[in-house]
Amino acid sequence: MGNYVKLILLGLIAFFALYAANQARDIAYLVNALTIALVAAGMFIWVLRNTDEDRPVVDLSGEYMDGVVRAGVIATALWGVVGFLVGTFIAFQLAFPSLNFEWAQGYMNFGRLRPLHTSAVIFAFGGNALIATSFYVVQRTCAARLWGGNLAWFVFWGFQLVIVLAATGYLLGATQSKEYAEPEWYVDWWLTIVWVSYLAVFVGTLVKRKEPHIYVANWFYLSFIITVAMLHVVNNLSIPVSIFGSKSVQVFSGVQDAMTQWWYGHNAVGFFLTAGFLAMMYYFVPKQAGRPVFSYKLSIIHFWALIFLYIWAGPHHLHYTALPDWASTLGMVFSIILWMPSWGGMINGLMTLSGAWDKLRTDPVIRMMVISLGFYGMSTFEGPMMSIRAVNSLSHYTDWTIGHVHSGALGWNGMITFGCLYFLVPKLWNRERLYSLSLVSWHFWLATIGIILYAASMWVTGIMEGLMWREVDANGFLVNSFADTVSAKLPMYVVRGLGGVMFLAGALIMCFNLYMTVRRSPAVQTDNSAVPAE
Amino acid sequence: MDTYSLLREFADSWMLLALFAFFIGVVIWVMRPGSRGAYQDVADIPFRNEDAPARSARRASEEDQTNG
Repeated sequence: MGNYVKLILLGLIAFFALYAANQARDIAYLVNALTIALVAAGMFIWVLRNTDEDRPVVDLSGEYMDGVVRAGVIATALWGVVGFLVGTFIAFQLAFPSLNFEWAQGYMNFGRLRPLHTSAVIFAFGGNALIATSFYVVQRTCAARLWGGNLAWFVFWGFQLVIVLAATGYLLGATQSKEYAEPEWYVDWWLTIVWVSYLAVFVGTLVKRKEPHIYVANWFYLSFIITVAMLHVVNNLSIPVSIFGSKSVQVFSGVQDAMTQWWYGHNAVGFFLTAGFLAMMYYFVPKQAGRPVFSYKLSIIHFWALIFLYIWAGPHHLHYTALPDWASTLGMVFSIILWMPSWGGMINGLMTLSGAWDKLRTDPVIRMMVISLGFYGMSTFEGPMMSIRAVNSLSHYTDWTIGHVHSGALGWNGMITFGCLYFLVPKLWNRERLYSLSLVSWHFWLATIGIILYAASMWVTGIMEGLMWREVDANGFLVNSFADTVSAKLPMYVVRGLGGVMFLAGALIMCFNLYMTVRRSPAVQTDNSAVPAE
Repeated sequence: MDTYSLLREFADSWMLLALFAFFIGVVIWVMRPGSRGAYQDVADIPFRNEDAPARSARRASEEDQTNG
């Protein structure tokens, strides 16, 4: 019976998507409508083939739902490579503008590829990592199977559809020009449905938990899911111009729109890239180190301090704009206060290794997690410093900002995700160990040196650029034209591109290593691998 | 008084105080006597139930000890 409802719905979706494709006002909408029609038709056939088949009912309540986590791990690794590849390419496009090929003008030039890169790394790589690890962690720390049956699979595939629709839309010119929220209205609506389902799966699992206490990692995951839902809905309040076109108009305008955007933008950093990944830290660092978190009390204080402070920090993106001074001062002050809980969390993660520091020498996976915490500490010091209005007057609009974002994203989010993938793959595919630890070390060093090249070159070029922009001669005239700063940046841009190549090479080595782990590593012999609590 | 001013005044007086009081309350709650043992127990949650869900609604930690 349920399948007949599904078939009717899928048929209707495919039909309306084809009709919409026929009516499409622009090419991005046309391609997205055809994509939806194709997916709906494919699912129609798949559901049809499974309808009225005799399926033995198996009671799965005695085991964890790990299939969706495995899919998420694969998606994370693949989208990561795509995102890093596009990032490296656009880095070279900036260094060598002739890479904006004439034949691909309007599709593959820097302006079209940049949102593809940011969305691919943040939402495709980071988002899949968060969904996969949250499903893994919430089951283990609640001692319960995921709630909602195949709803978790809907979340996974629905999220992949968001990524594909957004990515093809960017290349064909559909964007609402909001940083990290570029997808147009229909993708936003679809993401809302997927995200609410994600919340339902997560909360449903928490509700049916067998462990009386909700472990701190789940608090961070839950705050990430709820806050992202709220941010996404408010920042994407827009009216479509036509339901057969991708263009929409924002409900807010002017400085209100700017403030809403950066309230969203900074909390995307705060709750997507920080709270969610801290949840990963609070589970996977103790697991890999084999010891409980340094201070559980500190982790609770860390959580509440972060929740109360982050939401106010957005206005520091709008210093010296039409935003009232009191608002940007508020954002600046809260950004500086944020330094304390950030470092509290970093210390909590690092000190988890106290008594097991020798593992840094022998275990490259823990080394990866530790350096990610190091980069977390570094970028959460750099960020508050850059939010100070006087510093921001030098750093804003320069490459320093880009360097800061990447030391956080590559160093903290990237490295902790790599560490989690190295932890998860042997567990999920029931392997004794990774295929090669020395390849993990290669990955570690390539990625670390790549990030250092990236961050250092961006510091140099950012500060240089900021100083050149403000340089005036004795008569008060500007000394440099904008083009002067661009040509002065070339060497640093090449160094940055090389850093990207190294980071990408490390990720490719990781994919090979993980693939070989599944293929070649010996399987775990006994199923009794309980780790005694220390 | 218009809505904006009203909300603004409320936000930077009573609401600020309430949120700050909640936070201080959390810090005091965390430091309460006897919390050490409770937190040592819950900090071990990642090391239990690694391979399969707990089978009953009993405390998962007790079950883990009997299953070894």
